Amino acid sequence: MKAAVVVFPGSNCDRDLAVAFKAAGADVEMVWHKDSTLPQGIDIVGIPGGFSYGDYLRCGAIAAHSPICKSVAAHADRGGYVLGICNGFQVLTETGLLPGALLRNAGLKYICKTVGLKVETSQSDYTNGYNAGDVIDIPIAHHDGNYFADQTTIQQLHDDDRIAFTYTDNPNGAQDDIAGILSENRRVLGMMPHPERAADAGHGGTDGQALFRALAGALTTA
Amino acid sequence: MKARVHVMLKNGVLDPQGEAVRHALGAMGFDGVNGVRQGKVIELDLDDGATEADVTRMCEKLLANTVIESYSVEMGA
Repeated sequence: MKAAVVVFPGSNCDRDLAVAFKAAGADVEMVWHKDSTLPQGIDIVGIPGGFSYGDYLRCGAIAAHSPICKSVAAHADRGGYVLGICNGFQVLTETGLLPGALLRNAGLKYICKTVGLKVETSQSDYTNGYNAGDVIDIPIAHHDGNYFADQTTIQQLHDDDRIAFTYTDNPNGAQDDIAGILSENRRVLGMMPHPERAADAGHGGTDGQALFRALAGALTTA
Repeated sequence: MKARVHVMLKNGVLDPQGEAVRHALGAMGFDGVNGVRQGKVIELDLDDGATEADVTRMCEKLLANTVIESYSVEMGA
């Protein structure tokens, strides 16, 4: 598995994400936002958490128009994998690679704690290391994680089994407790919680490891 | 020339910041405030000859996220 992790000014989970990919056996290259092309042979692009461009205008809005994001969109269009975590999820909705948007948390507060996540589907190369219905503990850390989409889109996500994770105790007002969603081809995953922060015994939890291992399994045999 | 863009959360999209402001106004004794919506104003300084259609394209592509926000454009002198 060859992974690229995009670094924007203000990204702060880029190195953690790289470590999690490496621990699962990936070769990882860091890619700067001003680069206009991805390195050759990349299987998956990771868009990390943080505060790209200071969250100016809207979270992820400026990043979505950065030079590298055009290549990321082209990579996704070719059927490549893209994992957006937290601010990365916001970037993916702003680019249109995933539907909906992330609003300010309903309680207005920035929330940083470990939450219970229900695995809604094991039918993806990200989630097939879990069983549907499993509840895993993964940290969240966000101010704008309140997932919103129109009713037609929400229904479509349900019908297509594209909701990857839901909160067991909704912390932010997200519609239908949605914490993470998949693209139509199930190769783009956006999620607010941070699996890379639960990927090593030193983190205090390892429930995120299975996601990176499942990816490595899928992309190494491919 | 100047243009002013107003960006608001769409009706039906929860605006928790507006709600917090409404509660604060009520707590301060300002009665009769039935709703508060908070948006943003973006002022653009443009080359002469820029059109409303140009600004609308900017809104669609960047200044507003039309999944959650509506916008209006005011062209000035």
